[in-house]
Amino acid sequence: MDNLLQIGNGQVIERSRIPRVDFPSFLGLLTDFVHANGYIVQFFAYPAGEQTRLLAVFRNSNLFVLETEVDEAFPSLTLSGGAKFNLFEREIAEQYGLRPLGHPWLKMVRYHANAAGRPDVFGNDYRIDIPGNYDYFRVEGEAIHEVGVGPVHAGIIEPGHFRFQCAGEEVLHLEIQLGYQHRGVERMLTSVPQHRLPIIAEAIAGDTAIGHNLCCCQAIEALAGLAVAPGASTVRTIALELERIANHIGDLGALSGDVAFNPPAAYFGRIRGEFLNLLLTLCGNRFGKSLIRPGGVAQTMDDEQRQIICAKLKELRKEIVQVCDLLFSAHTVLARFESTGAVSRKIADQLGMVGYCGRASGLEYDVREFFPTERYAELPANTNRVTNGDVYSRAMVRREEIMHSLGLIDRLLALPEAPYSPAPMGQQPLAPASFVVTLNEGWRGEVSHCLLTDDNGGILRYKVKDPSFHNWTGLAMALRNQEISDFPLCNKSFNLSYCGFDL
Amino acid sequence: MFKVISNRLQQGHRTSAYPKAPIQLYSRFRGLPEINPACDPAIVRQCADLCPQDAIVVAEKKIDLGRCTFCGQCAQVADGAFVRFSQNFEMGAARREDLLTAGALPDLAAHAKAHFKKLFGRSLQLRQVSAGGCNACEADTNVLNTPFFDLSRFGIDFVASPRHADGIHVTGPITRNMQTALLDTYAAVPAPKVVIASGCCSISGGPFHGSSEIVGDLNTLIPVDLYIPGCPPHPLTTLHALLAFFKK
Repeated sequence: MDNLLQIGNGQVIERSRIPRVDFPSFLGLLTDFVHANGYIVQFFAYPAGEQTRLLAVFRNSNLFVLETEVDEAFPSLTLSGGAKFNLFEREIAEQYGLRPLGHPWLKMVRYHANAAGRPDVFGNDYRIDIPGNYDYFRVEGEAIHEVGVGPVHAGIIEPGHFRFQCAGEEVLHLEIQLGYQHRGVERMLTSVPQHRLPIIAEAIAGDTAIGHNLCCCQAIEALAGLAVAPGASTVRTIALELERIANHIGDLGALSGDVAFNPPAAYFGRIRGEFLNLLLTLCGNRFGKSLIRPGGVAQTMDDEQRQIICAKLKELRKEIVQVCDLLFSAHTVLARFESTGAVSRKIADQLGMVGYCGRASGLEYDVREFFPTERYAELPANTNRVTNGDVYSRAMVRREEIMHSLGLIDRLLALPEAPYSPAPMGQQPLAPASFVVTLNEGWRGEVSHCLLTDDNGGILRYKVKDPSFHNWTGLAMALRNQEISDFPLCNKSFNLSYCGFDL
Repeated sequence: MFKVISNRLQQGHRTSAYPKAPIQLYSRFRGLPEINPACDPAIVRQCADLCPQDAIVVAEKKIDLGRCTFCGQCAQVADGAFVRFSQNFEMGAARREDLLTAGALPDLAAHAKAHFKKLFGRSLQLRQVSAGGCNACEADTNVLNTPFFDLSRFGIDFVASPRHADGIHVTGPITRNMQTALLDTYAAVPAPKVVIASGCCSISGGPFHGSSEIVGDLNTLIPVDLYIPGCPPHPLTTLHALLAFFKK
């Protein structure tokens, strides 16, 4: 491991300092790393003059970076290192037309032409605008039937296609095909003026507007050498926790609705709105859009907002405890939650699952604790007591995180703050020929942005990773040998992002 | 059962009195802009240069609410000398050109097509189509079904099948990969049908304007009857637009 470079979260380094090894060493090092309890944070291709390079950011309790040069085809790391590389490698094939040789299931990710102008790896004709235009995995047999759902679903949710192979009611295999939400985010981020970056980052996944924009602004701050005042940092931390609580509460309500227990669904639905209104109190937008800008926050938290949030949290905490008790003590609810959609620790580990989905299966990874940004180094970490990997565990982890986050916000509101000024959006010169990766624990888990600048300080490559990228395969595994009627429940317990995945 | 009853009593009645009684949003909420027509053109230019959405037309001293994400950057220039945002959330419009505004919008109720009121005034069923949305528009549309807004009490519902719908409510910048599914859904709705563009993405491409992977403007695909601006529109903006446009 001597030639790995250990880096910090949000630390700028010159690109020339990134260790570059030949491909066999790259493959060997990363394969060994993931087999020794290591995980992939980022793995992507980028153009460097005439060449194409692969860059990997990976973690155990530390963060590392490594890169290599590749030709149009290279031996698959998924083959040697396992499923942790699977989607990353398929993404590389799709984005740059590079073929991982021997990849066990080389399938398109989002359905778009590659940026390098190379022949399409999947043989797709992109004039036909329907993703999913390929052979799905099929189970054959007399009693086998297939169920296709989406892209347009029954509710007010995002589009995606789900293909179930069933024997009677039992799901043998679920294949999830996304890409319908692909807006070309990464390519836009390298080509638009800097003052559009936070606006786009906030729209990568609207329910994670704070998480993604925090990663974006921290990266810009690192590359531009901007400092953030402690007071602004406190507001950012509070906002990230409010986002977490709002989403967890919304999902507990939806889970309750999915098992036809309506009272908590109605109460949590409203309480979620109260938390969105607290974000509006901070910045004028219910999703926290327009709050975070490079250098701090666009609007400061003054005594008035502080008091509103304090008073509201005091009132809501009681209600949350009561409604949680109502939900988690109903035996009809427990009967549906327990043992449904279980993902074992082993599978979760093989897939590299993150966030509450990973923690519910016993993977104790939380960016707030491992690679803290903003005020997290001063705050206590959370622990989860129920880690069986089923719907119940995922619901319990949410419940515990809600209570933990409420405690964090109380502490943050009590911090004495020196005055600070709002940070308006400006055009900042970025360090040339540099690299930075930022990670934050968004409500779904590890959100990460990685920026590479060229010799003039322009953005050469902007790589975005939503935690959903790690977890969608987990949902497919959770459905194995489950009743197909449990799909909505399993799906909501994961509640993954379509647009965050599709970019 | 005891817990269900005690929780029910604790929760009480939470449904908003809007539209019968007005509702005041917090002072930081940015709704309909108030524009100073006498503003120095240099300041207007400064605002326009800062605008990430190119939503400010300098020559006319107007803001295009179909492009604006209401980020509020322009209101910080020269202490709001050109524009300030009011807390008025009633911003729906029946015509695209009305969204290019100097601070006032035509009365939506008066502009609404009379036959829509006649057809859908008592019952309106909508099929929601997310076409590249970031899920903020979708989430704040879903919120209309929570007890505070309780959309069903007005006879308006979101339904699963386009066959059961009177129209579609579209969010997102219409990605290339959703174009066919969107048009198929639209075709499956029986005529006469209504088309609602919700959020700046479906009106102009929003934050993604300029991307080669999106259509951007829904109106170039199918004729839009009602525009609801915002990023995302506040649930009350949507509620007001639906009530003003369809109700008698």
